[in-house]
Amino acid sequence: MPAKTKFEIKLGAATREAFGRTLVELGRENKDIVVCDADLSKSTMTTYFAKEFPDRFVSVGIAEADMVGIGAGLAYAGKIPFVSSFSAFVMNKGFEQLRVSVAYPNLNVKVVGTHSGISIGEDGPSQMSVEEISLACSLPGFVVIAPADENSCKALIREATAHVGPVFVRTGRPKCPIVYGADQKFEIGKAIQVADGKDVTVIANGLLVAQALLAADTLDAEGISVRVIDMHTAKPLDRDAIRKAAAETGAIVVAEEHLVDGGLGVRVAQVVAETVPVPMEFVGIQNTYAESGQPEELLEKYGLVAVDVAAAVRKVVARKR
Amino acid sequence: MIGTAKSGHPGGSLSAVEIVVELFFDYMKIDPQNPKWKDRDRFILSKGHAAPVLYCAMAEAGYPDTPMDQLNTLRKLGSVYQGHPDVRFIHSLEASTGSLGGGVSLAIGMGLAARLNGSPSRTYVMLGDGESQEGQVWEGAMAAAFHKMDNIVAITDYNRIQLDGFVKDIMEVAPLADKWRAFGWHTLEIDGHDLVAIKKALEEAEATKGKPTAIVAHTIKGKGVSFMENNPKFHGTAPTPAEMVLALQELR
Repeated sequence: MPAKTKFEIKLGAATREAFGRTLVELGRENKDIVVCDADLSKSTMTTYFAKEFPDRFVSVGIAEADMVGIGAGLAYAGKIPFVSSFSAFVMNKGFEQLRVSVAYPNLNVKVVGTHSGISIGEDGPSQMSVEEISLACSLPGFVVIAPADENSCKALIREATAHVGPVFVRTGRPKCPIVYGADQKFEIGKAIQVADGKDVTVIANGLLVAQALLAADTLDAEGISVRVIDMHTAKPLDRDAIRKAAAETGAIVVAEEHLVDGGLGVRVAQVVAETVPVPMEFVGIQNTYAESGQPEELLEKYGLVAVDVAAAVRKVVARKR
Repeated sequence: MIGTAKSGHPGGSLSAVEIVVELFFDYMKIDPQNPKWKDRDRFILSKGHAAPVLYCAMAEAGYPDTPMDQLNTLRKLGSVYQGHPDVRFIHSLEASTGSLGGGVSLAIGMGLAARLNGSPSRTYVMLGDGESQEGQVWEGAMAAAFHKMDNIVAITDYNRIQLDGFVKDIMEVAPLADKWRAFGWHTLEIDGHDLVAIKKALEEAEATKGKPTAIVAHTIKGKGVSFMENNPKFHGTAPTPAEMVLALQELR
């Protein structure tokens, strides 16, 4: 077997930056796209769209509930609204409106949360969104996406736009390690195997995909062969990829920058339980709020880096035997 | 229909009858045979619990998915006449509502879309006075004035009663017209049971440019049924069979 190419961290653009740039391209292609933002356009990067299409940019002020409702009204009238803010604000303050005004009538509203997870860093827990995958997945009909890097974010924002129906996309603040080339194809609900292996599978999303790839290299040297799957769509899940991973590798670790309660891990575990039950371990935030600090420090302190993924893999492999 | 359903909100439907009638049978540019006509005027029942008055109006107007002969299936399993308006069951409805406070935001979105499309479509949203305790109403009020939404009109059915009792005892919203005015809306106060006054207000709203119009319509909860009028009990309680006979006699 030829030696694997080692994964190296090379930083690309932040996923929020990829979102902002892609939104401008989409705005040029489709006159029905309207963007709403709640006084954070310079952070969510919808400012690029606002500059080029001022008539199709709606400033709603610091009023996320109203913003989601306005998005719903635009969608009722046939527009394709993007409503954007920090994940913590659009999801939590807009949740009632996402439920009753968007999900319930199944409207074509695109919700993009930025500054997700604890990697927002210095701003601290009030701005950190660590529960929105759980909340978004609880909305019937919603598609929920958490891209791993710049290129996947660009492609998945396009997929989200082409999809008719409500979508939530989770993006982050910091520059993001590059996982994919620009030509990689993405499809909603179709996971991507980014590394093959036979002993165990790590299913990850967002920043944890790169960490899982790093962990896989470490473990390979220890004789543990790790499959890594980027489950960029948390809903609908790629059940086939999960079932195959369980059947072929016999153990699964799920890794995410999110509370372990209600996140991707819980959702994957449900499919594993329904298909091929195998031992599982979970890497995520454990029943707490984080704190201020630099993103790298926080990810390390709260157990969301490669060494944590590797430790979970060793644990699950031991349980397998 | 509420009597047959044995649950529902008769008071807030009766207080809104004249406003809904004026909109659906005189003022709004709608084509019930072609409910999705792109330049139609739109009506959002933000106080979604008054669904019965809307269902009756739409059935009478002849929308294809609001059959008159099924009005008495209100709130029953499988009925298109859901407890609160639901676009999944009645496609001709402009919005699903029921959780209070959401209608003004929806109207802004629809109004912005009309503006972008260069459409003359106007959007009317009906709120309750109790509903005006919801913060989102005022987020929307601020945004609508800021964006100069002169194609939307917010009509408050000011019947002074909410579920737990009189609005003044639960959470006073007065002076309501002053609040809308302070938020930058052209604001009118009318007798909400006077069809001529309602029409005049709608005309004044349409003639008002550069700002949205708020119509504070003073109404009587349970209007037309002596034992329901101004009686908080009939915010969310269906009449008994005996009460229903009496009520229908009085309304004739």
